[in-house]
Amino acid sequence: MSAADTTTPAKVPPPRQAPPPAGPGRPRRQRTPGGAATPWLLLAPCLLILVLVMAYPLVRLVTLSFQKFGQPQLWGFQSPDWVGFGNFTGVLGDGEFWAVVVRTIVFAVGCVVLTMVAGMALALLLQRVSGWMKTLINIVLVASWGMPVIVATTVFKWLFDSDYGVFNALLSKLPGVDMVGHNWFASGPEGLAVITLLVVWGAVPFVVITLSAGLTQVPKELEEAARLDGAGGWGVFRHVTLPILKPIIVMLTTLSVIWDMGVFPQVFVMRNGHPEAEFQILNTYSYDRAFVVNDYAQGSAIALITVLLLLGVVAVYMRQMLQIGEVE
Amino acid sequence: MSSMSSMSSMSGTSTAAAPARRRTSKLGWNLLGLVVFLVAGFPLYWMLNTAFKPAKDAIDPDPSLLPTGITLGNFRRALDISDFWGPVGRSLVVSLSVVVIGMAVGLLAALAISRFVFRGRKIVIVGILAVQMVPLVAMIIPVFLLLNDLGQYDKLTGLIITYLTFILPFTVWTLRGFIVNIPRELEEAAMVDGCSRTGAFVRVVFPLLAPGMVATSVYGFIQAWNEYLYALMLLSQEHQTATVWLGNFTTKHGTEYAPMMAGATMMAVPIVVLFLLVQRKMAAGLTAGAVKG
Repeated sequence: MSAADTTTPAKVPPPRQAPPPAGPGRPRRQRTPGGAATPWLLLAPCLLILVLVMAYPLVRLVTLSFQKFGQPQLWGFQSPDWVGFGNFTGVLGDGEFWAVVVRTIVFAVGCVVLTMVAGMALALLLQRVSGWMKTLINIVLVASWGMPVIVATTVFKWLFDSDYGVFNALLSKLPGVDMVGHNWFASGPEGLAVITLLVVWGAVPFVVITLSAGLTQVPKELEEAARLDGAGGWGVFRHVTLPILKPIIVMLTTLSVIWDMGVFPQVFVMRNGHPEAEFQILNTYSYDRAFVVNDYAQGSAIALITVLLLLGVVAVYMRQMLQIGEVE
Repeated sequence: MSSMSSMSSMSGTSTAAAPARRRTSKLGWNLLGLVVFLVAGFPLYWMLNTAFKPAKDAIDPDPSLLPTGITLGNFRRALDISDFWGPVGRSLVVSLSVVVIGMAVGLLAALAISRFVFRGRKIVIVGILAVQMVPLVAMIIPVFLLLNDLGQYDKLTGLIITYLTFILPFTVWTLRGFIVNIPRELEEAAMVDGCSRTGAFVRVVFPLLAPGMVATSVYGFIQAWNEYLYALMLLSQEHQTATVWLGNFTTKHGTEYAPMMAGATMMAVPIVVLFLLVQRKMAAGLTAGAVKG
């Protein structure tokens, strides 16, 4: 008790919160003596590590973005000066930055929408195929889900290689199409479309498997009742299945937004470590500013803006998770 | 109860009523399923196909879709091009250390937030969830500077500490899900029978939690193994990990795709197998938590 008192003096609660009277019959969890300190003792190592590796860098990220921090500051030749909002005005006043923001949002929205639609369609399809086909598809889904991102990226690079890639060869087999030697990465939009495909391919399995689990919880009686009332396949889906799955869909969508805004290695490795201007998304742009241009402060400002952009989505996700965590 | 049985018998008759129509529509769905299977599985198939192909068949502008012969030459070449086992060894050291530390520290924290009622519990839960949402990419600049200041740049220990940023919250949250699903009554019964709280945990909760812990560890191991950005930025070329090894494959030796796919296969197969083993357990843990909501 005393040990925890010294580490977290402000947080030790009064000896016993009035137990909610609402649990008739079921004894509320007992407290051993010192019960108030035990949880904080158990949490201490975890919180310590998180403060060191998360909280401190996060604070540093914020302070950095208000400083001038380049090569001389990195080597300690010069101490960083405070520049107020200088980095932010610099970033926000740059036309290229806004192009990157728009590109990132289009890319992420494209990935999320495709992932969710394909995931839902596949989950519904899995309900309708025979057992062995379901097993086959599930094996492929789980295997591609388990593929390390870097491996998947190199494989897609090979699939879409301009000279020997199998994709061009297959497309050229179609009558009237000649894609031999076509370079998918010569233009930004085409290259990002390939990267979208890669991201979606990797993200769909998780969505399908989670939605499939959710679909098994849709009561058959409800679907049948809706059918008896004259609803068609779409009507049943729209008015019965979707509302029941809504919490899962909200969770998956928010998670997908967070993940797809965090895409980095796919673009980075696909472009051999030097994404061209047309391929820059916020993450690679921030990386570029920091480690290529050596302007760590502006890089941090961009990263911070990215985090702020995501806050709304994160809030929705957290609310959903907490609602799930609430009942336990 | 009786309404339930009548319901099921009713649906039974309705399935028997239109078996022919069912069968033809099932065939259609199965065909569609087959297409999905082929498309979704193609990247995997093509990786393996290229990896085992004779090198000269890999640079055929009109590649044969079926295997043309099996050779291990590409694997030999991949191992020759640059040191493979060094990066793999480093990846193993880093991933295993992260998992061991993450499990030890994470289990304690998961117990605290799932088995104790205390003021501030909710804030801790929100904090652990929120921390998981911070994109790793945003953290790379301050983490790089921090490790630079601590003299941990290009050290495996630095990378291990850094990986805890995502492994630890994940471990805590997942273990919490598994613990919540173990009925508290079991522990309470043991305590009524004279076990101490710790005793009840060791004898009752721990055996039930063990499979979940194994699954969480394996999953955490996979995440650490697959990480790319931190490994790229925080270690120099000569201390690179396995993912960086594969990511660098083309830049140094042009586009030797067949050996690259052999390298990709070596990276992917163990991880995919591990993943197949634990995926069901993880999904069960996740959905079991969700059902409660």
